[in-house]
Amino acid sequence: MSSLPKYRQQTRGEIQVWLCAAGLACGLLMIGGLLLLILANGATVFWPKPITECTVRAQDGTESKISGEVVKTQLRRTAEGGTKTEIQLFTGNKDAYGLGFRFIDRESITSETQPEDLILAERMEYGDAIFRPVQLKRKDGSTLPATDPRFHQTLQDLVREGNHLRDRILSLEKGRIGKINARIKATELRIKELQTDGKPQAATEISRLRNRITAEQKKFDGLIQESRQLRAQLDDAELVCRLSSGEERTVKTGNIVFFFEPNRLSLGQKIWVFLRRVTEFATSEPREANTEGGIFPAIFGTFVMTILLALLVTPFGVIAAIYLREYASQGLLVRVVRICVNNLAGVPSIVFGVFGLGFFVYGMGSFIDGGAKVPLPPVWWLAAAIGFIVCLTVSLLLAVQSPTPGGESARPRGFASRLKPLVATLAVALGVVTLFQCPYFHGFFSSSLPTPTFGTGGILWASLTLALMTLPVVIVATEEALAAVPRGVREAALACGASKWQTIQRVVLPSALPGVMTGVILAMARGAGEVAPLMITGVVKLAPSLPLDLDAPYIHAERKFMHLGFHIYDLGFQSPDSEAAKPMVFATTLLLILLVVVLNLAAISLRTHLRRKYQASAF
Amino acid sequence: MPPEPATPASPTTDFSAQGEPLNPAFIEVDHFHFWYGAKQAIQDINMEIPERQITAFIGPSGCGKTTLLRNLNRLNDLIENIRHEGDIRIDGQSLYDPSVEVISLRKRVGMVFQKYNPFPKTIYENVVFSLRVAGRNAKAELDEVVERSLRGAALWDEVKDKLHESAYGLSGGQQQRLCIARAIANRPQILLMDEPCAALDPVATLKIEALMTQLKEEFTIVIVTHNMQQAARVSDRTAYFFMGRLIEYGPTLQLLSKPREKATQDYISGRYG
Repeated sequence: MSSLPKYRQQTRGEIQVWLCAAGLACGLLMIGGLLLLILANGATVFWPKPITECTVRAQDGTESKISGEVVKTQLRRTAEGGTKTEIQLFTGNKDAYGLGFRFIDRESITSETQPEDLILAERMEYGDAIFRPVQLKRKDGSTLPATDPRFHQTLQDLVREGNHLRDRILSLEKGRIGKINARIKATELRIKELQTDGKPQAATEISRLRNRITAEQKKFDGLIQESRQLRAQLDDAELVCRLSSGEERTVKTGNIVFFFEPNRLSLGQKIWVFLRRVTEFATSEPREANTEGGIFPAIFGTFVMTILLALLVTPFGVIAAIYLREYASQGLLVRVVRICVNNLAGVPSIVFGVFGLGFFVYGMGSFIDGGAKVPLPPVWWLAAAIGFIVCLTVSLLLAVQSPTPGGESARPRGFASRLKPLVATLAVALGVVTLFQCPYFHGFFSSSLPTPTFGTGGILWASLTLALMTLPVVIVATEEALAAVPRGVREAALACGASKWQTIQRVVLPSALPGVMTGVILAMARGAGEVAPLMITGVVKLAPSLPLDLDAPYIHAERKFMHLGFHIYDLGFQSPDSEAAKPMVFATTLLLILLVVVLNLAAISLRTHLRRKYQASAF
Repeated sequence: MPPEPATPASPTTDFSAQGEPLNPAFIEVDHFHFWYGAKQAIQDINMEIPERQITAFIGPSGCGKTTLLRNLNRLNDLIENIRHEGDIRIDGQSLYDPSVEVISLRKRVGMVFQKYNPFPKTIYENVVFSLRVAGRNAKAELDEVVERSLRGAALWDEVKDKLHESAYGLSGGQQQRLCIARAIANRPQILLMDEPCAALDPVATLKIEALMTQLKEEFTIVIVTHNMQQAARVSDRTAYFFMGRLIEYGPTLQLLSKPREKATQDYISGRYG
């Protein structure tokens, strides 16, 4: 035992461990800080805060009162070089004060109270209002003073009735009136088509259609009348209220969405108000230039776009990776292709946006709308079509008569095999020409031109652009996953008499699926948060309708859509009232992150399921 | 030597008293040369492998025995830049005849690998894989094949209650026997085994060896092994390879006890290298 060598090597307390841990800690700190900031700011937006009524003494000695939520307290440098404390109040009542927020010097405040009778009302227009109720006035002249014990209940009922009425108006306008509108538009298009056809029997048809439009128009007018009546009912009662400044104003009860008394709430009621506001935020449509109301269309748009993106990118990426890894002979060309694919991941996303706009929207979109802009002369087109068919046949024949798949890989030499890629490329090129330069195709939506249908930004083009952008992620991940499938398993499959494709399809791909899923998850995460390319390929500030709904054909791939990421940009930097939009920015960011997390969790659980299915289980 | 397993008859007995083989030249290797790129792996090998016997290939690493084995089902075709001269015939038919389809060849020649490599599928699907890729999907036939093959691989009793569980849940020895079941499911004529026990413990090894002596009733078995005791225990004939050449080939007992060549003598007595 005495001859045991003495090790110089230090086996404990290696400093490198500390370094690695420090690196990780920095990363975690940054991510954690960011998430905490968003969580803290995003989640507290909806929590009801108490309202403070301040008595402010102006410089001339006059006192005035103002009330609102204290947003923050900060130091301000004065011109003399000193500092002063000031508070930012959310005062609401934008219609009365002109601004929703106000800064007040702390030293000019003589007293602060939190009166329990103040009401905060969320309105359809002009944002929130903070006031004391005076009385309710009905159209028939009857009044109900705020001191009456029935006052609170009556106001509640009126607001509920107003919400109900607004729902009815919305369903009337979007549902029945929208349908009639769509029918009239379709009929008008048909008339236009018939007129351009110029057939003799068209005239009677046109007059029949005109009559139909007149009938529809009558129905339309009736419904408009109905909705006007409903709207008038909204104005039936109004609430007279007094602001803290003493000014009296009236608010139509039909204009109030929701109201509560912030200083009188118990904890349970606060939670109820919080949940109600969160639900409204997540499920309703935006109002007031997106600064008020909910963001449901944006959530839905992001969700549909991400799913569509995953559906588009997965097959393309997997097929490309299979060819690159399994079929292509690993030479210089493949290496160059691989480097190009990897570099594609570094191209700025806006460049993909521009490409999407040029290729998908203006190219493919306008082709779908109105056919080829500059079609080939028929003779040339016929020649291209024949060339395409010949090349395709030759290419397929060459593929079929090549050595048995899974067999001799000794590089096939000779004329025919060198011809193969050439003929295939030619076939693809001629195929594209034959399809896109066809002089006999005039588009599916030519009658509505010059108004574009697919020839303008839409959710399909946006998803395609993002799919193209995230393609490298999926290709690289799939290639890695394919390379990680042990050689022994492939050889076993081949030795069982499987062809190469059978081996890939039945053994290699199932083993690689979890890796492929990882790629798809990364692609979804990247795509869902991307904004720049969307701004030019189909995202809008406010989309009138969702990309999926109950009107045939249910999926409206050509529609423009709203997106959480763009919504954040729009709220934060394009909004007329950036102070009011700030909490919404945080809340929207929180929701976007939550959505990405949910989508990823779904994909991860799918991957775990696949792993369990295809890989080791505990014995 | 590890203790004898309780399962089938001892594989060490009776290895020479087989009588005359049915077809002494079932597999013929005829002046066969083989190159990986510029490197020659096999030089001028001539040998005849008899039907329904176990033939062992022994020799030091890199001597070409695995290369020759993998040429018997043309699995070497997967490697780029390979080249061969000469010919290999199974039952009189050349493997390299242009009319031979590699896939149908591999259906006649099953293979078991050094590292057990079941597919990421259930036990059942592993066994019927070769039938499925051939388009045979009739449930009754598959069920019958699964039972027959697993019984043939002495695995049926251990897995019959969990046929639809993942094959990766089995132990190493069980996985290797599953691979044997998979290889014989299609009833090939020849079974190639590339060091089938290299990754297994002694008990599992003995089980596989016992199985091999049963399987040779039905299949012609060619086994590559590094273990001379194993060759002695299971094989009827043994071939010693060195530097890509076939040095000596004969009945196992004779080759191991009274080798003609000095190189063989050195190798089996451990003086090699």
